[in-house]
Amino acid sequence: MAAHLSYGRVNLNVLREAVRRELREFLDKCAGSKAIVWDEYLTGPFGLIAQYSLLKEHEVEKMFTLKGNRLPAADVKNIIFFVRPRLELMDIIAENVLSEDRRGPTRDFHILFVPRRSLLCEQRLKDLGVLGSFIHREEYSLDLIPFDGDLLSMESEGAFKECYLEGDQTSLYHAAKGLMTLQALYGTIPQIFGKGECARQVANMMIRMKREFTGSQNSIFPVFDNLLLLDRNVDLLTPLATQLTYEGLIDEIYGIQNSYVKLPPEKFAPKKQGDGGKDLPTEAKKLQLNSAEELYAEIRDKNFNAVGSVLSKKAKIISAAFEERHNAKTVGEIKQFVSQLPHMQAARGSLANHTSIAELIKDVTTSEDFFDKLTVEQEFMSGIDTDKVNNYIEDCIAQKHSLIKVLRLVCLQSVCNSGLKQKVLDYYKREILQTYGYEHILTLHNLEKAGLLKPQTGGRNNYPTIRKTLRLWMDDVNEQGFCSLIISQNPTDISYVYSGYAPLSVRLAQLLSRPGWRSIEEVLRILPGPHFEERQPLPTGLQKKRQPGENRVTLIFFLGGVTFAEIAALRFLSQLEDGGTEYVIATTKLMNGTSWIEALMEKPF
Amino acid sequence: MNRTKGDEEEYWNSSKFKAFTFDDEDDELSQLKESKRAVNSLRDFVDDDDDDDLERVSWSGEPVGSRTRPGSFQSLSDALSDTPAKSYAPELGRPKGEYRDYSNDWSPSDTVRRLRKGKVLIFLKRTLSKEILFRELEVRQVALRHLIHFLKEIGDQKLLLDLFRFLDRTEELALSHYREHLNIQDPDKRKEFLKTCVGLPFSAEDSAHIQDHYTLLERQIIIEANDRHLESAGQTEIFRKHPRKASILNMPLVTTLFYSCFYHYTEAEGTFSSPVNLKKTFKIPDKQYVLTALAARAKLRAWNDVDALFTTKNWLGYTKKRAPIGFHRVVEILHKNNAPVQILQEYVNLVEDVDTKLNLATKFKCHDVVIDTYRDLKDRQQLLAYRSKVDKGSAEEEKIDALLSSSQIRWKN
Repeated sequence: MAAHLSYGRVNLNVLREAVRRELREFLDKCAGSKAIVWDEYLTGPFGLIAQYSLLKEHEVEKMFTLKGNRLPAADVKNIIFFVRPRLELMDIIAENVLSEDRRGPTRDFHILFVPRRSLLCEQRLKDLGVLGSFIHREEYSLDLIPFDGDLLSMESEGAFKECYLEGDQTSLYHAAKGLMTLQALYGTIPQIFGKGECARQVANMMIRMKREFTGSQNSIFPVFDNLLLLDRNVDLLTPLATQLTYEGLIDEIYGIQNSYVKLPPEKFAPKKQGDGGKDLPTEAKKLQLNSAEELYAEIRDKNFNAVGSVLSKKAKIISAAFEERHNAKTVGEIKQFVSQLPHMQAARGSLANHTSIAELIKDVTTSEDFFDKLTVEQEFMSGIDTDKVNNYIEDCIAQKHSLIKVLRLVCLQSVCNSGLKQKVLDYYKREILQTYGYEHILTLHNLEKAGLLKPQTGGRNNYPTIRKTLRLWMDDVNEQGFCSLIISQNPTDISYVYSGYAPLSVRLAQLLSRPGWRSIEEVLRILPGPHFEERQPLPTGLQKKRQPGENRVTLIFFLGGVTFAEIAALRFLSQLEDGGTEYVIATTKLMNGTSWIEALMEKPF
Repeated sequence: MNRTKGDEEEYWNSSKFKAFTFDDEDDELSQLKESKRAVNSLRDFVDDDDDDDLERVSWSGEPVGSRTRPGSFQSLSDALSDTPAKSYAPELGRPKGEYRDYSNDWSPSDTVRRLRKGKVLIFLKRTLSKEILFRELEVRQVALRHLIHFLKEIGDQKLLLDLFRFLDRTEELALSHYREHLNIQDPDKRKEFLKTCVGLPFSAEDSAHIQDHYTLLERQIIIEANDRHLESAGQTEIFRKHPRKASILNMPLVTTLFYSCFYHYTEAEGTFSSPVNLKKTFKIPDKQYVLTALAARAKLRAWNDVDALFTTKNWLGYTKKRAPIGFHRVVEILHKNNAPVQILQEYVNLVEDVDTKLNLATKFKCHDVVIDTYRDLKDRQQLLAYRSKVDKGSAEEEKIDALLSSSQIRWKN
């Protein structure tokens, strides 16, 4: 069991178990020995739900990746395809089925569509002449996947582009479906707040879906007090800035996928005595990162500046603990020491890993270029010089730094200026197209459609008003561009996650909790999309009575993606003494500025 | 839950109609029969029961199954049969209100699901003429978006472009067409394709860029062919000394300019491969040009060329060094290419800002510049501190000592 999912205010293991049960049921339907052919994209998210051991219990003997031509030989009775409903995958499946060796023992074929079936795909299979070959064709509604005790994600990469550029509401439908599943397990959520067009759509869908469920009343005592739905485009700024928490930096530099990170192996080679480092590992070091690891849970959400001192304190504690063996004299004492050894060794291993990671990160954050970039970001966020061509950005283009890095900065400037002056925009565009290639016209067009990089219309810059009213810029920056040591070790405001900039999205959540959105009506009207409140009636007897001093539980759903820094900021609010609210976070995708912009780039098919 | 093979065959085969348009000259009555049949079979699959997850709910929130009102499609066929055929002359000018607005009866989730499953669209595509489909969708934004997404997903580029053209969403049309070039690998074919993009209704700026894209590829093809020939002939020194690592095809403009400054620097304006020609054709600003030429000549360690880039003769015939980019950038690029200290020193000296100058001079060990600057600043302390950084017994150390003991200088500290 994934113990760490149970530690939060809401036990997300209940969801995980429900989802696992559905998987088990489907596997048992295809009775007998089986092999699973995986759509590679699904293996990551599935890994968070079930390990191979569970599959083995249900007679899964082999697993293959979906690819063309003939399926590998396997002495199993059933072949099950686990796939997303995508046309190109159907072509590959058909190829597999058609090139099946008739001379061998017959194998039964089945398909599990994740998260939904699609008639389009089934039509394609029919056109290719293989539809009838499948015995069980079902869907597995894996919408929200628990990542940690307070974190759920749909891991839908295309959600932002579909919702905000193409007006395609499929992901919103899945989000609503996921929320219905949550309510079935954790009780109806009595109050729904939202800001944004997509938020409004999801709320509407939820309410309608609820009405269709007439008949069975939900008799579960509600766990959540509120649901807050937020459109990503209400806050386009936050993901563009470089995150400065420990976990945020790991994601920015190395990328965290499904709770795993791949790191350069050199720093993790075990030091053998007198070996001279001959056998350096060449494969990347893969580490799992979640709150099951004590040390990680402690440092993940801290501003990076504060991590060093925590690690050194830990090192002293662990050293001291190992030294205790000298004090163990009696058999009883020795026995007790030995029993704690595994835990101490794990702690030491954990410390070693994170010390190495922190060193790797420090190499980046102390570089001149990182400092220059951070300085420019902070200038933009505090409103300085957002209306002219920026020298650092020009230099980056001239030196052909990564295009995504340049785009993040240019978009940040545009968002902080409510759009760029036409001359400035044309200048940047031309430099970018001439340096990186004309085909990027398509990407630039997408960025404009998303509102990230656009000309200024109406000549009014709204950002300063928003910034001042919501107190987004708190100016705690020290010489290295980070928080002062005191602030980073004992933050008093969510702005510590970006060393001075409070994420707009989280500030909105914070103000909703206390004193409520009525106090910021004017600012809300400047931000895009409607804001609203809905109530879902609870049967009497299930009305939630909160104990004095007990915090509210709010489920906050980011429609279009969320960053680790925002998650850290929300966790900060959750543990405030007089905060009043604890947060569980859900999103369509865990992302950062780089993966976000990458998803908006046009690529060949 | 699963349909047997037989049912499927029946379903898919039964919804085949030959395409017709309302503009057909045929007998009106037979047309009417067709449309009635078409509409009735629409109802068949809408009431399809074998999809468990089909939440059939109308906008009012009542489940469709409650039959509080007749299914939308039934009313249409009823309407058609009740009224005399004449008033149903199926012209496009019919008031739209008389067609039921099916997509509005469906919640967005229903629409998404139905359209995604392709039922409605496959049917409509087969039965209605393009024009009518487009016209009906024009006023139904939601359904329209779904159709666009659907067409993109199944890759029906032609119909998609027709749709954009009809809707006068010209810029999207242009971009959608241009996007196709990413899938064409062959350079000549891609060039021909890009030609078809020029003149499409892009915005003014984008039009210029598209034109440049075409022109650039056209030139690159010529340069590539020519250079490959030169390289294999083995007579040209520059190609012998620095064999090309990659083809110039499809490279960005600035990369092409770098290549040109590297391999064709001295060529006259007349040739396609000369840097000057590129500068003129693509209106490359001085700043960009100088930066790129500098990088190329520095890589070749052609210091005289570098010198010439920054030397201008004014009207009196005197030469002066100017740069459209800061000289600190020049120094950085020279350093990156391992320029000898004497060359570096010359350019560090030209940096205007004193702090930057000192920074760079110290960083790159241009001792003379540092010494001279501290002397000019009359900063004895710093000069003394710098003494420890130079080699013992070197000329620089002597120079410093000479300055420090000079009585002519009024040190400020």
